[in-house]
Amino acid sequence: MSLDYVKFTPGFDTFMPKEYRDMVEHGPFGKKATVSQMGSFKEILEEHPMCAGCAMTLFIRLAIVAFPNPEDTITVGTAGCGRLAISQAAIPFVYGNYGDQNGVASGLSRGLRIRFGDQPKDVVVMAGDGGTADIGFQQVLHSWFRKERFTTIMLDNEVYGNTGGQESGMTTRGAVLKMAPLGKKFEKMDMVSMAKIAGCAYIATVVPNNPRRVESCIKKAVLIAREVGPTYIQAYTSCNIEYAIPTDKVMEDAKTVEDDRYKFTEYVSEDAKAYLADRYGYKEFIQKPVAALTKV
Amino acid sequence: MDTTAIIGTKNKKGQVITDPRVMMNDAPRTPSFFTGSEVIKEAVKRANVDIMVAYPITPQSEAAALCGELFAEGYIGDYFRGESEFAVMSQCAGAAFGGARVFTTTAGPGTMRAMENFPMWAGSRLPIQCIVTCRGINSPLSIQPDTIEIAYLMNTGMLVWHAETAQDFYDWILKGYMVSEEPDVHLPLALCCDGFFVTHTKDVVGLTPAEMCLPPYDPYRSPVPCMDMECPPVRMMRDPFVMKSNYISYATHASWQQEVWAAAERSRKHTIAWLDGLIDVEDGDADILIISSGTAVSQGREAMRLLADEGVRVGLVKIKTLRPWPEEELREATKHASHIIVPEFNVIGWMAKEIKATIPNSERVVAGPRVCGGMTLPPEVIVEEVKKAIGMRSGVLAGRGG
Repeated sequence: MSLDYVKFTPGFDTFMPKEYRDMVEHGPFGKKATVSQMGSFKEILEEHPMCAGCAMTLFIRLAIVAFPNPEDTITVGTAGCGRLAISQAAIPFVYGNYGDQNGVASGLSRGLRIRFGDQPKDVVVMAGDGGTADIGFQQVLHSWFRKERFTTIMLDNEVYGNTGGQESGMTTRGAVLKMAPLGKKFEKMDMVSMAKIAGCAYIATVVPNNPRRVESCIKKAVLIAREVGPTYIQAYTSCNIEYAIPTDKVMEDAKTVEDDRYKFTEYVSEDAKAYLADRYGYKEFIQKPVAALTKV
Repeated sequence: MDTTAIIGTKNKKGQVITDPRVMMNDAPRTPSFFTGSEVIKEAVKRANVDIMVAYPITPQSEAAALCGELFAEGYIGDYFRGESEFAVMSQCAGAAFGGARVFTTTAGPGTMRAMENFPMWAGSRLPIQCIVTCRGINSPLSIQPDTIEIAYLMNTGMLVWHAETAQDFYDWILKGYMVSEEPDVHLPLALCCDGFFVTHTKDVVGLTPAEMCLPPYDPYRSPVPCMDMECPPVRMMRDPFVMKSNYISYATHASWQQEVWAAAERSRKHTIAWLDGLIDVEDGDADILIISSGTAVSQGREAMRLLADEGVRVGLVKIKTLRPWPEEELREATKHASHIIVPEFNVIGWMAKEIKATIPNSERVVAGPRVCGGMTLPPEVIVEEVKKAIGMRSGVLAGRGG
């Protein structure tokens, strides 16, 4: 039923623009496309107005390819660079007010459950570090405490990029930025620990250098959020403009940062492990039979 | 969904889905002695609400809590406490984006804290109903009735109605959904009352049968497709025009604001049908008129009686809807009046300003009496203002010296 919206209305197919035809005929809707196939199908997000070399855009493209059911997914965002790209994707996008993306997602997720029951309708929040850790902090944490069943993805470029490079709560200590003329005075906020304390069922930190890893994390996060509880992914998505990273060095920077302070981490709650194993056959989470305590 | 096809069927709670006009106009009414907060619960019980989000702030806390009981009893699909008024209104927005009928309540400083959401609701054409139980918002702190927050709400693009009594409140909650969910309207409604005066006092209210309820909200009647993946993709910020061209941005934003206000205007015909007019007029051909909204109308009505005892004939105009504003109705009602007294529960006199901007010869308008910060407005004060306006000698009010 939900695939109907990417079909042509009978009689109008010959009049559809090429972009739309490509999406219907070669898009990933209803298929199980993977990042390894990128380039061989029409992506849900191709055109965008982001800066050349933007790591955030690469990550967003990977994330959207990884959605388990893009035809049943709504993204929610707030002010910031990220929404400029996300709003270009061929899936619904909701923009509310400054920093209220997790509040909107809470209501949206509940509203869809009332209307569609157990039929999976995925809600994915994608917002920057300012939207997630600063202005939207209260609503983010409370959505986790309430165990709202949607995924929150922080696009962490460690700066307010869209407004011209101001310090955020996720900026590293000492960084000199606008509104931090003497360098940031306190540590980068530990949102991962807070997500754990607040009860997220799945948490991961990633960089965009490893597409398969990004895909794996996003898939797990969205699937777990359907039934187990809130999930959180924190992605380093550098701002090459505000941090003066040469375009051709963006991936190199991401690798350096990954080795330094953004190592891949993944937390999966026991409930989530059992759910992924039982429902989706994730082999790594299938409990192995207890070995015989004694051997003759 | 064909609404008429489901009339007579039952909802999940077993209430019979009833034609709203039959329910509101023809169904038997049971007189019940309830506070305004309890009346909110009774109306929501019959409104087929999908989601209610709650947050405490005096004087609406009780109403929000009572709706929680409805959830526990199965009358509301989902109910939870948000973490602030701003969050609550955002959660309501999300639920409405998802196609749910949404209800919430707030008051005073909470209304102001939530304010960013109200124009966003209107701009997104979300027919959410928000009860506003007015109270003071200024410093120093007051939790008492004061209607200054309505002045802010009137410019959000929402429909704004101002109930005088608990009976108004009961009927208008239900009728409010019918108006705001019309496809050519589809706007949020701020249904205001004067906190405590209405919410915490008991009154006899005629209730429709509890086994009847409104038809459910049909999101497919929305003029903008709902966020359910069943419709063509909708992106609230499709093509980020802000980044492409300021000129496109201006044009898009400006034209959409005009459409929102045009939708509020289109609500006029539905509102007139449901509320039997945007204003009520009593003794309208009198030379002196008292015009107001909310409980100031009740005080005006009492002043009218006191003045009649002294041989002074005064008429009364009750304004029911502030958005849409009853321009034509007020011009017609005031065309013979020489003095127009506008009592209000706020310091700035927003009602008097609106009336002055509406009618010819606005020097006829007396912008007062006004009380604020939670003070009561004795009818004698209105009587004094009328007498002063017509040059009639009056006694000094008790306790005021002189």
